[in-house]
Amino acid sequence: MDGTKAAQGRNPIWQVIGASSVGTLIEWYDFYIFGSLAPIIAAQFFPKTDPTAALLATLATFAAGFIVRPFGALVFGRLGDIVGRKYTFLLTLVLMGGSTFAIGLVPGYASIGFAAPIIILVLRLVQGLALGGEYGGAATYVAEHAPSERRGYYTSWIQTTATLGLLLSLGIILGTRSNLDADAGISIEKFEDWGWRIPFLLSSVLLGVSVYIRLRMKESPAFTALKQSGKTSTNPIRESFAHRSNLKMVLLALFGMVMGQGVVWYTGQFYAQTFLENACRIDFGQTRTILIWAIVLATPFFILFGWLSDRIGRKWIMLAGMFLAVASYRPVYQAMLDTSSTKGLASDPSLDRVQRSLSPSNGKQWSLVHVTSYRAFPNGILEKEVRRDTLYADERPIGAGSPKVSRELPSDRYRWMVALVFVQILFVTMVYGPIAAFLVELFPTRIRYTSMSLPYHVGNGVFGGLTPFIAVLLTTMDAADPLVGLWYPIAVAGLCLVIGTLYVSNRIDPNVND
Amino acid sequence: MNIVKRIAGFLWMALAPAALWFLVSTALQEVARKPVTDTKIQWSVFCIVFLPISVGLFLFGWYAVKGEYDRLPESSGELDVD
Repeated sequence: MDGTKAAQGRNPIWQVIGASSVGTLIEWYDFYIFGSLAPIIAAQFFPKTDPTAALLATLATFAAGFIVRPFGALVFGRLGDIVGRKYTFLLTLVLMGGSTFAIGLVPGYASIGFAAPIIILVLRLVQGLALGGEYGGAATYVAEHAPSERRGYYTSWIQTTATLGLLLSLGIILGTRSNLDADAGISIEKFEDWGWRIPFLLSSVLLGVSVYIRLRMKESPAFTALKQSGKTSTNPIRESFAHRSNLKMVLLALFGMVMGQGVVWYTGQFYAQTFLENACRIDFGQTRTILIWAIVLATPFFILFGWLSDRIGRKWIMLAGMFLAVASYRPVYQAMLDTSSTKGLASDPSLDRVQRSLSPSNGKQWSLVHVTSYRAFPNGILEKEVRRDTLYADERPIGAGSPKVSRELPSDRYRWMVALVFVQILFVTMVYGPIAAFLVELFPTRIRYTSMSLPYHVGNGVFGGLTPFIAVLLTTMDAADPLVGLWYPIAVAGLCLVIGTLYVSNRIDPNVND
Repeated sequence: MNIVKRIAGFLWMALAPAALWFLVSTALQEVARKPVTDTKIQWSVFCIVFLPISVGLFLFGWYAVKGEYDRLPESSGELDVD
């Protein structure tokens, strides 16, 4: 059955794209708020004896979320190939939304002790499993409705959802963090105390809307036809990975395209954020708005490259994105360091100022002292150093406190930083825009969900998802080179570029209903 | 081109155990340098996760050497999975 006719007879294509995209966007939103709030979650749910250990514990949980994604791909991919696309990606949506909402309700470590981090870890694993099942279903569902000459274009809308989910999470976190009180400092304190739960709880509203939309959709025409003819797979995992003819395509998809796409994606959108905050020491709010601007400006390019892939093929667009990333990461990140640097500059003493504030003791024998020093540099950068220490009622001396330095960029440098992050997200749009169509075309309908989900989630979940973590780890192993973390994405994308160039075909499959 | 694909297959086959060796030796060094639970968990996770991936890379190289990628299917319908 022709996909277009089926689509017209059942669900108009834009309804199909809308229903699939909204759900996938929400799943990404749910997944990212946890990563974005990692330091706060660490403070709330993990023992506070060692803040670094607490943060690492959260990052490990974050990684666990990514590592279980391939298992989710197998579990839900199998279900999607046996039961159908629609009910499977409805189930993944409910699991994801439910676990996100539950995270927002879990009492902290201070209230229920060690049960708190265990519950969080379990919920995070459920999120990872659900995400593993979502993307393959949404991409397959749209592709099986789309006409062959517009498959890249239509599926590219699904491809925007991962980035837009990140955008939504950043926007909601930033909005909540700055609107809990008229005083900015108190608003942040409230956010870190209890306000961080709001983005998690908000997920239930988004979930309700998305489930309602998806329930109204019908099964994909290609899968319905397969089911009616009794040709659905009885064991999709065996058929996908035990048959050499299909396994070789799974391996080609992973090593020739997806692993490179995964590291480019996570470098541009996650490592960039970590780097801005930790290496460039850009202030929390500016880091988020830089990323938001870059995402907003780059998102239309997902559609452009998806559309272009229908005309010139998928392969060379994606490999060009990888090549540009490999060639330019080090100069781009060096430029990010230079843009935020105050090295060799003396601050203007006439503009330097120091603020002291004392948080209310509320009947305790101590209260917190915040000493904030501002230094203005000739290149327009405003550096803020906050020292926080405890002031005791018995007049014990105040220590120096551990300083936390952050920088605020002037508008010209801010715009340049947006451009540097935008370039990285542009590479993301090149590698990611056409990939759903590319993967869908590699595999037959009866085992498509399973076959495309596994390489996608190994490439993105393992290779990509661990990028910020491994990059930070490399930085701790060689502290002398602030760009050392980039060798991981450069090596993986470089290897993928060579394999993709040699082995991947640029041919567009005209019929995905086989 | 098919000759290059097949010869490169040996490279992928060699790269798989080499990458795994590099990973495991780095893991052992790092755990010895900082023998705390966090380090052990992190590196164990890396090794466990990348083990099947390196097996996959070896298999990919093996298929390349055998000429499995000399001609790719024209459509997914050609894949014999029934």
